[in-house]
Amino acid sequence: MQMRNVELTVGAFMIMGIVALVLMAFRVSGLTQQATSDTYTLKARFENLAGLNERAKVSMSGVTIGRVTKVYLDQEWYSAVVEMEINADVETLTRDTSAAILTAGLLGEKYIGLTVGADPEYLEDGDWIEDTQSALVLEELIGRFLFNKAEEG
Amino acid sequence: MMVQRLGRRGVSAMQSMGRAAILFYRSLLWGGPGSAGWRDLLQQIHAVGVRSLSIIIVAGFFVGMVLGLQGYTILIDFGSEAALGTMVSLTLLRELGPVMTALLFAGRAGSALTAEIGLMKTTEQLSAMEMMGVDPLKRVITPRLWAGMIAVPILALLFSTVGIWGGAFVAVDLLGIDEGAYWGNMQASVEFYEDVVKGIVKSVVFGLVVTWIAVFQGYDSVPTSEGIGKATTQTVVVSSLAVLGLDFVLTAIMLGGV
Repeated sequence: MQMRNVELTVGAFMIMGIVALVLMAFRVSGLTQQATSDTYTLKARFENLAGLNERAKVSMSGVTIGRVTKVYLDQEWYSAVVEMEINADVETLTRDTSAAILTAGLLGEKYIGLTVGADPEYLEDGDWIEDTQSALVLEELIGRFLFNKAEEG
Repeated sequence: MMVQRLGRRGVSAMQSMGRAAILFYRSLLWGGPGSAGWRDLLQQIHAVGVRSLSIIIVAGFFVGMVLGLQGYTILIDFGSEAALGTMVSLTLLRELGPVMTALLFAGRAGSALTAEIGLMKTTEQLSAMEMMGVDPLKRVITPRLWAGMIAVPILALLFSTVGIWGGAFVAVDLLGIDEGAYWGNMQASVEFYEDVVKGIVKSVVFGLVVTWIAVFQGYDSVPTSEGIGKATTQTVVVSSLAVLGLDFVLTAIMLGGV
C-alpha cells in the first residue's frame, strides 16, 4: 500500500523531469529550428570574415533560412571559405545570388545575408556563391576615413 | 605543538578522504542502480527527490522572479531589455539552476541522509547487517548514491524551468516587456547541447558529490548523539563548499577557457 504511493510519486517526479527537459528543448532552446528536416550545402569565399562564427545565421530578407556549418582558410587563395547549410525548402536561389556578411545592429553578431539575382538557373548542393561581399571592418573604415582627411588637409 | 596539531589535522583529513574513496569504490563501482533492489532505489528517490520538490519549486520561482526584476533594472539603462529572457534563461541553465539546487539539496536531503545513516550506526543496525552477512555498503549506501545522482538533475531542470517561467511572469506580466522578445531572443541564443545538456552534466556531478559526502559523513560519524549532530553540520558545510568549488572547475573544463 505504502509502496504503491512511493512508486506513484516517483513516477510523477520522473515525468515532471521529462516534461521539463522537453520544455527546455523546444520552448527555451528552440530546438525545432534545427529539427526541420533536410538541408543542402553552399560554399562562398570571402576576403574577410571579421568574426563570423560557425552556427551563425544565414538569412534572406531577415528570415533565417540556414546556418553556417564550417569556416576555414583556403591555403591556396589565402581567403576564407564558409560552408553553409540551407533549408531544403528554400530551393530557388538563383546562380547569381550574392552573399554579404552583415551585422545585427551596430554591435550585434555577424550573419550572412543572401540576395537573389535574376539568373534562370538555381544553385544546387555543393555550389559556390560567386558574388560575395566581405564584412565591414570598423578599423579599416576609420583608417580610410583618416587617410582621406589627411589627403584633403 | 602548533606544528604537531597541524600535522595531526592533515593526517586525519587525508585518512578520511581515503575512507571516503574506499566507501565510494565499494558501494558505487560494484553495483548498478538496481543492485540492492529497485524497490530500495525508488524509496530513496522518493525520500531525497520527491520530498525536496516543494522547496526547489518555490525557490526556483523566486530566483527567476528576482533575476527578471534585477536584469530589467540593469538592461533598461542600455535600452536592451529585450535581452532579458536570454539573461534569465542562460543564468539559470548554466549556473544558478545546478548550483542552487545542489545547495538546497545538501541542506534538505543531504543532512537528513547523514542523520539517518549516523543513527543506523549509533543503534548498531549497520553492525547487525554485517553480522547477518549483508554488506551495509551495498544495501544502504549504493541505492542512496544512485538516488542522489538521479534526483538532483531532475530537480535542477525543474528549478530552471520554474525560474524561467517566474522570470517571464515578472518581465511580461508585471514589467510589460514584449512576450515575443522575451521568448524569441531566448530561443535564438540558448543552445540545447551547450547550455541545457551541460547544465544537466553539472547537476549529475553535484548530485553524486553531495550524496557521497552526506553518506560518508553519516557512515564515518562518531556514534553518539553529539557525533551525529557534528556530522550533519559537516555535511552541509563540506558539500556546499564542494559544490561551489566544483562549479568553477566544471565550468572551466566545459567552456574550455582556462
